[in-house]
Amino acid sequence: MSHKILEAKNVNKYFHDPLTVQVLSDVSFTLNRGEFASIIGKSGCGKSTLLYIMSTMDTDYEGDILIDERSMKGLTEADLALVRNEKIGFVFQFHYLLNEFSVLKNVMLPALKLGKYSVAEIEHRAYEKLKMLGIESEALKTSNQLSGGQKQRVAIARALINDPLIIMGDEPTGNLDKKNSEIVFDIFKELAEVYHQSLLIVTHDGEFAARTNRIIEMEDGKIISS
Amino acid sequence: MNFRLIFSIAQSLMLARWRQTMVAAFGVTFGIAMFVSLLGFMSGLNDLLDGLILNRTPHIRLYNEVQPTLKQPVDMAEAFQDSYNFVKSVKPKQERPEIYNNAAIMNFLKSDQRVLGIAPKITAQVFYNVGVIDLTGAVNGIDVEAENSLFNFQDYMVDGNYIDLKNTPNSIILGKGLATKMLASIGDIIQLTTSKGERLQLKVVGLFQSGLQDADNTQSYASLVTTQKLLGESISYITDIQIKVKDIEMAPQIAKEYEQLFNVEALDIQTANSQFETGSSVRSIISYAVGITLLIVAGFGIYNILNMMIYEKMDSIAILKATGFSGNDVNRIFTSIALSIGIVGGILGLVLGLSLSLLIDQIPFNTPSLPTIKTYPINYDPRFYLIGICFSLITTYLAGYLPSRKASKVDPVIIIRGK
Repeated sequence: MSHKILEAKNVNKYFHDPLTVQVLSDVSFTLNRGEFASIIGKSGCGKSTLLYIMSTMDTDYEGDILIDERSMKGLTEADLALVRNEKIGFVFQFHYLLNEFSVLKNVMLPALKLGKYSVAEIEHRAYEKLKMLGIESEALKTSNQLSGGQKQRVAIARALINDPLIIMGDEPTGNLDKKNSEIVFDIFKELAEVYHQSLLIVTHDGEFAARTNRIIEMEDGKIISS
Repeated sequence: MNFRLIFSIAQSLMLARWRQTMVAAFGVTFGIAMFVSLLGFMSGLNDLLDGLILNRTPHIRLYNEVQPTLKQPVDMAEAFQDSYNFVKSVKPKQERPEIYNNAAIMNFLKSDQRVLGIAPKITAQVFYNVGVIDLTGAVNGIDVEAENSLFNFQDYMVDGNYIDLKNTPNSIILGKGLATKMLASIGDIIQLTTSKGERLQLKVVGLFQSGLQDADNTQSYASLVTTQKLLGESISYITDIQIKVKDIEMAPQIAKEYEQLFNVEALDIQTANSQFETGSSVRSIISYAVGITLLIVAGFGIYNILNMMIYEKMDSIAILKATGFSGNDVNRIFTSIALSIGIVGGILGLVLGLSLSLLIDQIPFNTPSLPTIKTYPINYDPRFYLIGICFSLITTYLAGYLPSRKASKVDPVIIIRGK
């Protein structure tokens, strides 16, 4: 199965402030469905920048990004928001849960925005995701009542709610202790193996990367091995 | 668009910061309440002050006046046509103050569509005899019913009933100040001397207080017939015709027309009382200015609070955007926060403003010049309330607009990368 879900074509990216610096030079790679890939590299090598470009959040680049074989060049801000909503799930280093809402509502929000299912159905699906991650008992708490590891699992549930094409992670274990990192990694592993979920994780944790199926290594804005 | 979702997010954000939200809403409430009650109070007072003069002044008054002839004989002499002439030999002649052919004029006026009503009047100079001294003054002969319907005569009665003036022959209503001087009260008989020396005894049936000290100390009212008898004139003798027109703005124009048509003097209310119009418009400008300032200040309060909320919620905005909410959605969330504050604050403001008005309406306000006014006057014009709520929505929308736009432009990458 070699269905391309994500493709970067000759991506160049510059930072202009304070000096013009090229952060990505001519980056091209493809990611197929079901792949569990990690991007590693030293701090400042441009791996997070690449991830943000691939995620459509950063639109200031040269080259082209194809998600599900559709070009992201020239789409409006609202279209890109819809692409993110529907096809991409995010897990960041920081959990970014909204304290104003319960855990359940946090997980439900992207699905409510998408509006593909009824509210009752979305709630049911959110419960299922939480159960899958073993935190359904925390569903009605607010996010600041949870521990760091639990928060990150809620963030993963939120990323999963719309059954995205791909899950992107930016150092998802960076803030977690060994034990919780292990739990999060196991979740990713399970998603990849049991549910054939595609994952693209940026990390500088070599041990974490070594256990993924594919390692994309970057240095000075270039991919040196993939 | 999924407005329910947008609104539920807005609601959660507001409830999470309910103290701030309440302060913002209270700012609007206070602004609107002050706007509505201040405007109601000011225009109530305005109406009162205007009414003090304008209600009892005819829109147009027809009368005869002693005037010098415009052309002196020397002007007619051909030899002096181009000269500047000083000789003014012909003095004003004795003219009867009566309006000639007044019955025909009044019939014509009654059929004029622009005229609301007319009331004939006679002014007579008299001396009130008190013991050994005489007080100068004037008797106004009025058509009791017409006068009351046009000028609310009964509002100024402090004692007795105005209609007795018509029903009791040889009766008089005295000004309160005058009655005090004459030690007269209802039922007493007083004696008048006219300027021609005739004497008449009249029964006091009421006392009035107009609020104008000069009038209360010298004037009195009697029926037309009584005044004609006092002056020794015929039943057709009338010196003034008071006219109320439907559209007060038309008064100067109509006055000019009547002046030509009837060959009498016609004085319109704008000319006679120009200072009142100026005063009342200046007063309403001031109250609008104060009210709108209050609302703008409240608007800045909302702007500050929303701005602060957006800085606090940068992370939330970033994650909402990362998970698929567009800039427009975020904009709508903050705009609906602003508008909810505006709507809730505005409606509470109207309610509070109305209760404040009702409260002011209960405060005793006794002044000797206004016998019928017992409490402070309030104008409950629904237009003030409409302006208030519209303005609250507009200011809150504008106050929310800039912060909302800023929120919609937040770049999630910068926030997320910054951590």
